Amino acid sequence: MAVAIVFALVAVGSIVFHLVSPWWWTPIASNWRYIDGTISVTFWITGFVFLAVVCFMSYCILRFRHQEGRRAVYEPENKRLELWLSVVTGIGVAAMLAPGLFVWHQFVNVPDGAAQVEIVGQQWQWAFRFPGKDDRLGTSDTRNVATDNPLGLSPKDPNGQDDVIVEGGELHLPVNKPVKVMLRSLDVLHDFYVPEFRAKMDMIPGAVTYFWITPTRTGTFDVLCAELCGIGHPHMHGTVVVEQQNDFQAWLEKQQTFAQMSAPTKKAER
Amino acid sequence: MSDVTLGPTGAVPPAEVEDVELYHPHSWVTKYVFSQDAKVIAIQYSMTALSIGLVALVLSWLIRLQLGFPGILSFMDASAYYQFVTMHGMIMVVYLLTALFLGGFGNYLIPLMVGARDMVFPYANMLSYWIYLLAVLVLVSSFFAPGGPTGAGWTLYPPQAILSGTPGQESGIVLMLISLILFIIGFTMGGLNYVVTVLQGRARGMTLMRMPLTVWGIVTATVMALLAFPALLVGAVMMLFDKLLGTSFFMPSLLDMGQQLEYGGGSPILFQHLFWFFGHPEVYIVALPAFGIVSDLISTHARRNIFGYRMMVWAIVGIGALSFVVWAHHMYVSGMNPQFGFFFATTTLIIAVPTAIKVYNWVLTLWRGDIHLNVPMLFALGFIVTFVNGGLTGLFLGNVVVDVPLSDTLFVVAHFHMVMGVAPILVIFGAIYHWYPKITGRMFNSTLGKFHFWVTFLGAYAIFFPMHYLGLLGLPRRYFELTDVGFMPASAQSLNAFMTIAALLVGATQLVFVANMIWSLFRGPAAGGNPWRATTLEWQTPETPPPHGNWGRDLPVVYRWAYDYSVPGADQDFIAQNDPAPHVSAHGH
Repeated sequence: MAVAIVFALVAVGSIVFHLVSPWWWTPIASNWRYIDGTISVTFWITGFVFLAVVCFMSYCILRFRHQEGRRAVYEPENKRLELWLSVVTGIGVAAMLAPGLFVWHQFVNVPDGAAQVEIVGQQWQWAFRFPGKDDRLGTSDTRNVATDNPLGLSPKDPNGQDDVIVEGGELHLPVNKPVKVMLRSLDVLHDFYVPEFRAKMDMIPGAVTYFWITPTRTGTFDVLCAELCGIGHPHMHGTVVVEQQNDFQAWLEKQQTFAQMSAPTKKAER
Repeated sequence: MSDVTLGPTGAVPPAEVEDVELYHPHSWVTKYVFSQDAKVIAIQYSMTALSIGLVALVLSWLIRLQLGFPGILSFMDASAYYQFVTMHGMIMVVYLLTALFLGGFGNYLIPLMVGARDMVFPYANMLSYWIYLLAVLVLVSSFFAPGGPTGAGWTLYPPQAILSGTPGQESGIVLMLISLILFIIGFTMGGLNYVVTVLQGRARGMTLMRMPLTVWGIVTATVMALLAFPALLVGAVMMLFDKLLGTSFFMPSLLDMGQQLEYGGGSPILFQHLFWFFGHPEVYIVALPAFGIVSDLISTHARRNIFGYRMMVWAIVGIGALSFVVWAHHMYVSGMNPQFGFFFATTTLIIAVPTAIKVYNWVLTLWRGDIHLNVPMLFALGFIVTFVNGGLTGLFLGNVVVDVPLSDTLFVVAHFHMVMGVAPILVIFGAIYHWYPKITGRMFNSTLGKFHFWVTFLGAYAIFFPMHYLGLLGLPRRYFELTDVGFMPASAQSLNAFMTIAALLVGATQLVFVANMIWSLFRGPAAGGNPWRATTLEWQTPETPPPHGNWGRDLPVVYRWAYDYSVPGADQDFIAQNDPAPHVSAHGH
């Protein structure tokens, strides 16, 4: 009796905890509401299944616990019941998978006309690069990294000369503009993680990865690293400031271009 | 059903091979130390695994203390934290769970349950244990090596695993890789044994479709492990070369603390593919034996045949096969080609169907049963709750786009602890309680066993269920501390403290289990040969505990499947597999 009640309480208590939990996702700040929607659908379906299975189990414990003279029913299989359960399960799984794949299709296909920004991870700090006036990011290689070339841009690539380089861990983005975030690492794996954006992706040395978002509300958001990157991992903080287009432009114009940054060296070489 | 429940007059094939002559030990050392008896090897494996598991338990306390009460431990810094997290994870997954389920339960139960005298290659079986022990010792030695054990996380992702920003990069990572290589060598010797014994060593009449699900679970997991571990072996060897010889399998050109290194041309993602090609099947290598064992516990203690036996067998085999084409669901945000997401999300969610069938069949076995709430049964029921919970959260993480916000958060930590930490460990406890009378000949203390169950089950649930919500909130995993972030409310820290207290309680309660096992070994009442009135062969041995050779003069002959409980018309509510009782007809057909 008590055993059945405790198990049932675990199931019901879990659902109650879910409903009253003060710990819930952060208010979203990007276009990925669909992701939250898919999580909600999944919570409803899985919550129902959990409750149903555990309560049925509790019922069985209550109803069929051993008593003098009880004998179990001998029934090796019941094909119709098994088939029926499989089909229902398949439908439930499809109900979660279909919206998931639909949203994933949007996630991997960057809309035309998205702006570009590059984020570079290095133990244990963030740096950023905007494509500059020509709207093109210059090529880069870790082997080019030097004190006056912190992101390893190719000095001979004309596309890179006007690239705007931002060090110090504070990124600004304009609100309501889709942006393709190009991700790079100079040393180990990192992961640019802003909980309010929902989207994230690892950064890998030797490769360029990406995701895209449209920031949908202004504000200042914490950036964390979400891929273990050594002892400094929990302190690899940064900030994203999402602001109106004008403010963003004003901020961007105050930043240094690659050409400005490497100018002193060129003089010295002469 | 004819293949499942042959009547007593059904064909029992003649013996295909003669009874084997075993190597007989001549001294105490060959009988108990360098033993070739699978049962002794099983106990050696289990004791070693449980001992190293206690180390992992203590590490989990230290981790939880830091998370719940930051700064409370004076010796805890980021380096130590990552070293403890890494060792806790690797010990639990490989050196405890894999070793205990396959090396421990596999060795003890396979020969007994299929009616063999021993494993088919006893000498290789013995070597398997000693190489495993060596692997454990090498792993432990890294605690005492310069720089300490590796702190790269149990996934050991390069490049950081071998670069200077990660603790233990001096020697800890090398010892870890060597230990894994040794483990795989040792496991392969044991694993081949388990498979060949099941295929070739079964008693007369023991058709594959009459085997207990425990054997199906263990042998399927072993086949998977034989196919999956080589990927880890290759990864470990390559990383060892990258570290020691300067090769660049996993290393592109990169910086280390601002310095250019000589590496170039390698791929960190390649390691992740190799690791998870092993790592995902590994989840089921742990889960399938648990599935099998729990099926037998439920059936025995509910006095009812396992519901849908054939479906259960096919579900085990199907899950085993499918689990080889889902590995990249651990890599949705790794930066691999995102088009892979469509494929791996689909395969991953398809696995939910055979897994759900297993769950349905467990609870349908309870339905219209005669449920005895013995200690092993309680653990089996606790397993159902935690496994269903952890399995369902897998539907979040497997569904590629849902994984994006949740990956690398505490949601993942909560999920995998629930599904492959708590759930299989509840089965391990249930199984130990269930077979303890056979292994020792004595009965454990049931009151202490029930106390152990309730604190462990409710306590573990109280740790890991709320943890999902911290992950949903966005708290990342593998954080030594989390300060100065705006999105984290103060209450999150209170919840962390609560989880820590629960973890300390659950951990301490394991001492009750240990004490019960030791006390009962000497003082427990005699259990008799078949205290649970079970059908399977291991309970029908002439002596308890069974001696070397298991069966005395004559090997058992099997007349029926493993689940003849409460057969209508039978005198008792069970009929042993080797019982030719003529009064029982094949039901129905």
